[in-house]
Amino acid sequence: MTTTAQAFNTRKEQQEPRCSSPDVSEQSYLVQVVNRDSWFTARSDKSLLVGMELDASQTIAVGCRGGGCGMCKIRVLAGKYDSKRMSRAHISEQEQAEDYVLACRIYPRSDLVIESDHFTVKPEL
Amino acid sequence: MKKGVMRPGHIQLRVLDMEEALAHYRDLIGLIEMDRDDQGRVYLKGWTEVDKFSVVLREADEPGMDFVGFKVLNNQVLEQLQGELVEFGCQVENIPAGELNGCGRRVRFDSPTGHMFELYADKEQTGKWGISSTNPDAFPMDLKGMKATRFDHCLLYGGDLDGTLKLFQQVLGFDLAEQVMDENGTRVAQFLTISTKAHDIAFIKHPEDSKFHHASFYLETWEDVLRAADLISITDTSLDIGPTRHGLTHGKTIYFFDPSGNRSEVFCGGDYHYPDHEPVTWTTDQLGKAIFYHDRKLNERFLTALT
Repeated sequence: MTTTAQAFNTRKEQQEPRCSSPDVSEQSYLVQVVNRDSWFTARSDKSLLVGMELDASQTIAVGCRGGGCGMCKIRVLAGKYDSKRMSRAHISEQEQAEDYVLACRIYPRSDLVIESDHFTVKPEL
Repeated sequence: MKKGVMRPGHIQLRVLDMEEALAHYRDLIGLIEMDRDDQGRVYLKGWTEVDKFSVVLREADEPGMDFVGFKVLNNQVLEQLQGELVEFGCQVENIPAGELNGCGRRVRFDSPTGHMFELYADKEQTGKWGISSTNPDAFPMDLKGMKATRFDHCLLYGGDLDGTLKLFQQVLGFDLAEQVMDENGTRVAQFLTISTKAHDIAFIKHPEDSKFHHASFYLETWEDVLRAADLISITDTSLDIGPTRHGLTHGKTIYFFDPSGNRSEVFCGGDYHYPDHEPVTWTTDQLGKAIFYHDRKLNERFLTALT
């Protein structure tokens, strides 16, 4: 069994993990995507977006997978998750309080209900 | 016409987590960590680069690019170009020597596509890393990861390509080496050079200004690009696309993302340009082939995933 700490840390095995996610064993959770009328199974030791890719689902747009580009912006309608730092250009403090997140930066801690496709390009005025 | 600008000298990138970023730029791409400063910024470079640093990482809430700096021949050129930038209508700011460790006075200016650029004449020269400048060996023994040789160029996205082209051609002396034209004769991509490289900087038209697409690092061979692809899989790094070839510039390439979502490229080969060459033109009906020569179709992410 791979622990979360090991999974986060495959690139620097000798170091302590820096992310704040608690050390929990790998589990699988059901993720319902209401706007796509679809669902997938996500692992607790991978980001929600990578979990979606591993389950061969295409219900969330895939961009950088690093919290920078905003393409995977979703809203979590129900369920628990942990999150890492996300670009403030795409998730304001108020949005974060309203459970808007980047799927590549959250880790499921229960079954989730989400709404995807919240990314928009902001043209210059 | 050359105006005394020599080369892309540095790029400052914003990252969400410095240690994760160092695992990417230092341990995976293989840049050398050269210094850190009291702001917490980390300075790196490719091992063949003579100046002290070419990549500066800064931890921040929003990933992306702070600025790209170009080194000019001397302080006389710096003075001259500062005046011409003001005349062109740029907002120009003086950054005092030492604000970046080991770098002289910088002239910072904005651009019609919203990106910030800098010129500077002096930077501490520490020499190529790990080898002597007298009877130099082929390479140092203890390079890491992809063993990137240098920071090569960057690609930026923004609206007013014509304005930024004018700035780079008329004030800074760059040539237009390659371009993509749409069916109405509008330029939607421009690859600019100050050397014989096919690009020292490039721009693609996009509705949002001041966006960063990628920073690119040079490898020697196609075998090195394939080995980079293996390392991307070994480290489970976020892949964009490749290994493949570009139609534009004909470089052989792979694209991937740093842990904050900034795109990186490592590449080898590519066309050359002299000042008497006409620009190479691709047309938007062949855009897939222009960008990804083998797949011949664009992935949405290449146009949309920006920081």
